[in-house]
Amino acid sequence: MSGPQQSSPIFPPNSSQSDASTTGRGSSLIGNDVGNRRRRLGWMFEAVCGGAAWSSLAMLALLLVSIVFLSWGRVNWEFLTSYDSSVNPAKAGVLAGLWGSFWLMLLIVGISVPVGVGAAVYLEEYASNTWYTRLIRINLANLAGVPSIVYGILGLTAFVRMFGLFDPNGFVSRMVGGNVDAIRLAGVKIPLPFGPAVLSGALTLSLLVLPVVIVASQEALRAVPGSIRHASLALGATRWQTIRHQVLPASISGILTGVILAVSRAVGETAPLVMVGAAVFYRRTPGRIESPMDVLQNPGGLVHAPFDDYTALPMTIYSWAKEPGADYQQAAAAGIVVLLAGLLLMNGLAITIRNRHESKGGH
Amino acid sequence: MSAPDGPNSQPEAAPRTQRGVQDWRVAGRPALWVRLQERLVVLGMFLCASLSVVTTIGILFVLFDNTIYSFTGGSAFFQREEVSVVEFLTGTVWHYEDSKYGVSALICGTMLVAGIAALVGLPTGLASAVYLSEYASPKLRRILKPILEILAGVPTVVYGYFALLFVTPYFVKPVFESLGFRVEVFNALSAGIMVGVMIVPMVCSLSEDALRAVPRSLREAGYALGATKFDVSVRVVVPAALSGIIASFLLAISRAVGETMIVALAAGNMPQVTGNALGPVQTMTAYIVNVTESEVAVGTAEYESLYAVALMLFLLTLVMNIISQAVMRRYREVYQ
Repeated sequence: MSGPQQSSPIFPPNSSQSDASTTGRGSSLIGNDVGNRRRRLGWMFEAVCGGAAWSSLAMLALLLVSIVFLSWGRVNWEFLTSYDSSVNPAKAGVLAGLWGSFWLMLLIVGISVPVGVGAAVYLEEYASNTWYTRLIRINLANLAGVPSIVYGILGLTAFVRMFGLFDPNGFVSRMVGGNVDAIRLAGVKIPLPFGPAVLSGALTLSLLVLPVVIVASQEALRAVPGSIRHASLALGATRWQTIRHQVLPASISGILTGVILAVSRAVGETAPLVMVGAAVFYRRTPGRIESPMDVLQNPGGLVHAPFDDYTALPMTIYSWAKEPGADYQQAAAAGIVVLLAGLLLMNGLAITIRNRHESKGGH
Repeated sequence: MSAPDGPNSQPEAAPRTQRGVQDWRVAGRPALWVRLQERLVVLGMFLCASLSVVTTIGILFVLFDNTIYSFTGGSAFFQREEVSVVEFLTGTVWHYEDSKYGVSALICGTMLVAGIAALVGLPTGLASAVYLSEYASPKLRRILKPILEILAGVPTVVYGYFALLFVTPYFVKPVFESLGFRVEVFNALSAGIMVGVMIVPMVCSLSEDALRAVPRSLREAGYALGATKFDVSVRVVVPAALSGIIASFLLAISRAVGETMIVALAAGNMPQVTGNALGPVQTMTAYIVNVTESEVAVGTAEYESLYAVALMLFLLTLVMNIISQAVMRRYREVYQ
């Protein structure tokens, strides 16, 4: 704190001109010009910090404006309903990517919500403070910092190739004495290993967002007042009945918000999808379902879709952005507009849920 | 969370014990199937929670198995004759066509991009955090915070596209070519700038948490001594929150090191030891993507090399995260 007072009598070498001109050096420095200098410094500091904070708005605006500009005229119904094309870039569309991302989203929600909420309930409501639960908590923090591409490598090895166990001379083939390339489960042919299927991608991305889902659910559970639990337990409900009928309904909006944000992060992830083999220039949709009407004609497609090859919207954008030529670059920008619109929709939903919950005054 | 601050540990609740489930019963024994259901539910949830540990073990196993010693058949990267650990760690040439694996070439590219990102992102993020925590009115905060959240939610492939098709042609190229430098289409600078932009929201929100955790009394003591807002911010609040700020910096750099799509699109595919930010480099993450896309045959040394690089990347980011958490824990102890 003694900085300005101490340095002022000896600071003529770097004092500004107005300091030197308004007063003689040495005398009466505690007065006006130190105050002026400090005020100017303070004002400049505030301007720099404010500039930095507002620069993120400028960045966002620049990003959106330039991408809309680069995509101008390309985002239309035809773009949404036609397949990618490696020969006619002007006609390339995102249909396969949209359906791929839709299926990924569906499966990620199906996998990460029960597992994530279950883990959060265990950690918040049941776990006692043992070395193992401490390990789980530390581990969650570390998993959140693992680069997404490393998850991609895990997915590639564990789900797409399954450690080579089912290779022609892999472990399982040697045990069984023949090639195993699929099992049938309730009439559905499940390829082994999964290969570059929607399910591989969804499992990989679920592992990636699981820490986010768990932490968000933990916070939501922690916000439920203890009195609700006590009242329920005092009425003779068991612990699980209390959680199922009281705690989870009370925390559902917080959990939902966290889940939507986590899934919107997963939908935009590209690096793990590159690793687990989302296809490029792919002209088919999972389960051959191209429109909601196809579900009625081909209900079997719903069951087969998770085991089908696929591409996803961010993967399509990536493959276009790498191609030279203005048409692909325009298509990539248009794909980004579609992706950002989808993410904005999801985030808006999350914010609406949060606000509605807050306006109800918590619980 | 430790037992004393758990939601169930208020005095009225039955005490939590090591055996957990059994002891909260107050009235008589519930029916058998209810007890069975309870047990199954707890078991299921325990398995869910354990999945995170399984994931970590899975990552470690996959990387170790393919890099150092293979348990699943085949030979791991370092078990191969054409590969030597010493060359991997000390060599400076990475050229897998003739089995030259010197990881420094990739680490150099990674550090160049992460360094530029740090120069762009850390000061911007910290200054924004100071503004939000010390200067901005609640109304301004309500505008700025959502903007930062949106920026944090933009997929990185979008930043990569922007780096390649906007930052390079409309910013880096005109500026540096007018200064007489040669700028390549793929360059570390554009990628670094966008990675820097990407980490700003993270630095800002973590640093702001640290700044706001500084007790009011410290600020008021500063004002009472006649300090200006600038003095209080720079000489009281920031030093008091320094460990939290450093932790946020480390996390952000680790994020920058692990970032993939921006560098895969904009930084090029030229592994080399260089300080030239205007030319192409190759980062560790971009190499992994590159090998996957080039459809190198599974089981070859080239293919296994991506696991070795991934192991380096994993260890590098893990060390930074652990240090960051240790620093963060220290500052929490001071003020809470």
